[in-house]
Amino acid sequence: MTAALPRMHSLGDAALLCELPAPATLAAQQKIWALADQARQWPGVTEVLPGMNNLSLMYEPARVDGEELEARVAETWPRLAATEIAGRQIDIAVHYGGEGGPDLPDVARHTGLTPAEVVRRHSAGEYIVYLLGFLPGFAFLGGLAPALATPRRAEPRAAVPAGSVGIGGEQTGVYPLVSPGGWQLIGRTSVRLFDPQAAEPTLLRPGDRVRFVAETIEIVEIA
Amino acid sequence: MIVVDKPGMLATVQDLGRHGLRERGICPGGALDTLALRLANRLVGNGDDAAGLEITMGGCELRFERECRIALAGDDFGAQLDGVPIWPCWSMPVEAGQTLRLGGANKLSAKTGLRSWLAVSGGIDVPLLLGSRSTDLKAGFGGHQGRALKRGDRLPIGHSALDATRQARRAFGIRPPAWNTDCDDEAISLRVMPGPEFAQFTVASRDAFWREPWQITPQSNRMGSRLVGPELQRLKRSVDMLSSGVIPGTVQVPPSGQPIILMGDAQTTGGYPRIGVVIRADQWKLAQAPLKGWLRMVQVGAAEAHVAWEEQQHYLELVAQGLHAAGWPLPR
Repeated sequence: MTAALPRMHSLGDAALLCELPAPATLAAQQKIWALADQARQWPGVTEVLPGMNNLSLMYEPARVDGEELEARVAETWPRLAATEIAGRQIDIAVHYGGEGGPDLPDVARHTGLTPAEVVRRHSAGEYIVYLLGFLPGFAFLGGLAPALATPRRAEPRAAVPAGSVGIGGEQTGVYPLVSPGGWQLIGRTSVRLFDPQAAEPTLLRPGDRVRFVAETIEIVEIA
Repeated sequence: MIVVDKPGMLATVQDLGRHGLRERGICPGGALDTLALRLANRLVGNGDDAAGLEITMGGCELRFERECRIALAGDDFGAQLDGVPIWPCWSMPVEAGQTLRLGGANKLSAKTGLRSWLAVSGGIDVPLLLGSRSTDLKAGFGGHQGRALKRGDRLPIGHSALDATRQARRAFGIRPPAWNTDCDDEAISLRVMPGPEFAQFTVASRDAFWREPWQITPQSNRMGSRLVGPELQRLKRSVDMLSSGVIPGTVQVPPSGQPIILMGDAQTTGGYPRIGVVIRADQWKLAQAPLKGWLRMVQVGAAEAHVAWEEQQHYLELVAQGLHAAGWPLPR
């Protein structure tokens, strides 16, 4: 399954990209996390950055050279188990619909479900944090029910409020900060996903399991 | 305190950046030209990691309420301290009450004219947040209140390693870093290693990437320099990319075919093909390259990038030794 070595390519003179062949699966991502956990201990590796089905290693070329690092990945990879990392279970309370979820009717229309059913299915899912990126604390979540997939808005919003819960294509997620964005907004949470003052600045980490808990639902029936 | 009488277009507190948090989605940020900030810091007796100001396109006025020492690197924008010129990579004593003024855009040079980095002895003493004093403009934290400087802001100055005698010493300067361009035109040459998706571009586009000049558009900012030139096309069979790590210097090509070179404030992951990555030793040139200026991409491999980096470290070491011989502390 994931026995094949990742493709490796330099990302400039101080980073190495390790990339698995498609498709992206949870098992493949678990091996990516396992490699990240090992590599962050290696001398000369300054930072690890999991992507979707790939891992970038930042390194200090004065301490380890790129070819040496490639050899180390090649040697380590076959011995890695796709272990479930000790992800935590995080519940995020969401106020669905209303002012915080202005696109709930559009998602309902696109999916052919009632707004209540969209909320039921979205909050019934168990999601896994594949990686963080885009914004501090923004988690790319796997596990959206395929029936809820809805294309991004044709016109992205200039300012999506912090805490907005959205659907973008086959992904779902929460905006940690005010930001431009094109996802369909179905609700909002008051949980803080990013706090630069905290020892743990982001609520979520790769490998965490997330559930959305419907706190309140505000549905305006559409004609 | 330093009082901001005029911030100019964009002035922010920056140090060498916020590292080790990319996997949380937190970008490194920091001075876009870390070489300039290091030089300026060394010139005023600071450690390399002291926070300074990054000033975009001049137009800035700063009043110093107490005596200190300052150095500017990058473009000086005709800077004057109470009417006395201060050149790039000079170290100047400042008396309490003096004002530093940076003028408007400098039309004399095709290679500089975008940003300046100012160091002050003792550093800008804003709180450390997640290991750095840099301003993260997008996320709104760090630096001075998580935002660009405004008129009337007051910035605390930290404790300097220089005693009063050395602090008051007359002005001196060092030789700024060399542009050692190998182009025969006014373009800035950037040494670039082919990126992970280089082979996904058509042969014509790969050739054009190295051969054609690229102009920097005014839509550029701390997240990235947007370039305009021939449209770069991927091979038809190329598949969509999944989110993957990007670092400052990454040249990514969105569907428009017009490349963007990512800078310190860019997001940590991206989904556009990476045709190349500017080597670390040349990223300072991009940080200083003026809007509407021209770039050329020069292909290099890891070995050449390594030599270029070592040369830059050697230059920094010479600066440190020279300053030390003149009585300045060695940088930490």
